[in-house]
Amino acid sequence: MITLENIHKSFGAQHVLRGVTLEVPKGTSMVVIGGSGTGKSVLLKCILGLVSPDSGTIRVAGEDVTRSDRDAFLARFGMLFQGGALFDSLPVWQNVAFRLMRGSLKRPKAEAREIAVAKLRRVGLGPDVADKLPAELSGGMQKRVGLARAIAAEPEIIFFDEPTTGLDPIMAGVINDLIREIVTEMGATAVTITHDMSSVRAIADNVAMLHDGVIKWTGPVEKMDDSGDAYVDQFIHGRADGPIAAIR
Amino acid sequence: MTALTAPLAAIGRPVIATLALIGRLVLFALEGVSHLFRPPFYFREFGQALWQIGWLSLPVVGLTAFFTGGALALQIYAGGARFSAEAVVPSIVAIGMARELGPVLGGLMVAARVASSIAAEIGTMKVTEQIDALTTLSTNPMKYLTLPRLLAATLAVPILVAVGDSIGIAGGWIVGVSRLDFNAATYLKNTVDFLEFWDIASGLLKGAAFGFIVALAGCFYGMQSDRGAQGVGRATKSAVVAASVMILAANYLLTELFFSS
Repeated sequence: MITLENIHKSFGAQHVLRGVTLEVPKGTSMVVIGGSGTGKSVLLKCILGLVSPDSGTIRVAGEDVTRSDRDAFLARFGMLFQGGALFDSLPVWQNVAFRLMRGSLKRPKAEAREIAVAKLRRVGLGPDVADKLPAELSGGMQKRVGLARAIAAEPEIIFFDEPTTGLDPIMAGVINDLIREIVTEMGATAVTITHDMSSVRAIADNVAMLHDGVIKWTGPVEKMDDSGDAYVDQFIHGRADGPIAAIR
Repeated sequence: MTALTAPLAAIGRPVIATLALIGRLVLFALEGVSHLFRPPFYFREFGQALWQIGWLSLPVVGLTAFFTGGALALQIYAGGARFSAEAVVPSIVAIGMARELGPVLGGLMVAARVASSIAAEIGTMKVTEQIDALTTLSTNPMKYLTLPRLLAATLAVPILVAVGDSIGIAGGWIVGVSRLDFNAATYLKNTVDFLEFWDIASGLLKGAAFGFIVALAGCFYGMQSDRGAQGVGRATKSAVVAASVMILAANYLLTELFFSS
């Protein structure tokens, strides 16, 4: 479904991605792990076209993303941002139904609201939340609203950027379970970036370890503990000594 | 060689940086305006921008104009008394407000209030990934955020200038009648008799240009905002400074264009 071949990206002298090659099969959930500042978010933004890679090819369903129609391409995606990225000036339901109120997916206002309320219910939020402003919600509720927005237009592909960052362990567990359930019931292809190992085990079908600008290891989540890769081993056990610390 | 070229490099670097900044600003403006001719057009965002920029700026522009008109009357009276020309107070207040002080002071007050607000709002959206979110939701940020503000400011500021001119002239009239012993009706007659259409129209055209500049600076620096609170603060400050300087520079160029002959 998503194929990345030899992606390079630099910001000035900082060479963030140094030849990332990765395949995400259709209908599977890929979790990209790696330390802070290793380029995980840049990788997602490259796929979405928010950041242009310096070189390499990104294909979605076999189509080169640089040559596809931008609106049609983005209509296939939903994304949950790290901080929620909810629009402060709009009530919750308009945030969720944003895509359904404009552009090619535009619906009548009443129908868009109905869908938004249904999606809010799907992520465990009642209709009383619909008319509140994002600033009136807790961090966990904002994540849920972000999740509802990501799935509102029933996209084929969903990206989750650090979905549990800043949440307490119980709320993180709730969000992880929601993501897993939603991805499974929608049959969507999902890419999640995180360094939270409980998220990895709850969400992933496959795992890829990004370090030093390249994918060090990729494989099914059940083989992660026996990967035999020193980087993965150090990362998943959170050890201070190992090849990652040596490089830092 | 380095010792010889170092002073030149020290001069050249900021010059090149300034020219590059002007280039980016012009390209940003052209891209923003180009969306006027390409649907969709976001009427709701335009209406909100018109309210924020136009209606909510009215008190500050009105108060500025009122006190400026009053002070202008006192100054012209005091200056005119040196060569027995006190009678010119009504006409000079009217011409001064309509041609120069109305648009320039109105533009500067709107720059302080609106350019800062736009830059802070868009800058915060940038650093909290709301601009990226807009893009992933198939919405062009230039079309959704920049064009409505550019258009609203270009239309609203001339209206604010017209209202400001009227309030400023009224301020001059109040001071003229209450403090300088002018006859109320004569003051008004002199104001109307000496004020020409082009005095008012040139001020309104200046207002439109200043409105465009204010929104352009706010949107441009907001979109360029770096990460964090410091980045948003820097964007806000840069927007107000750039808008104020551009307003004063544009005022000179437009005055040359309108009145040099």
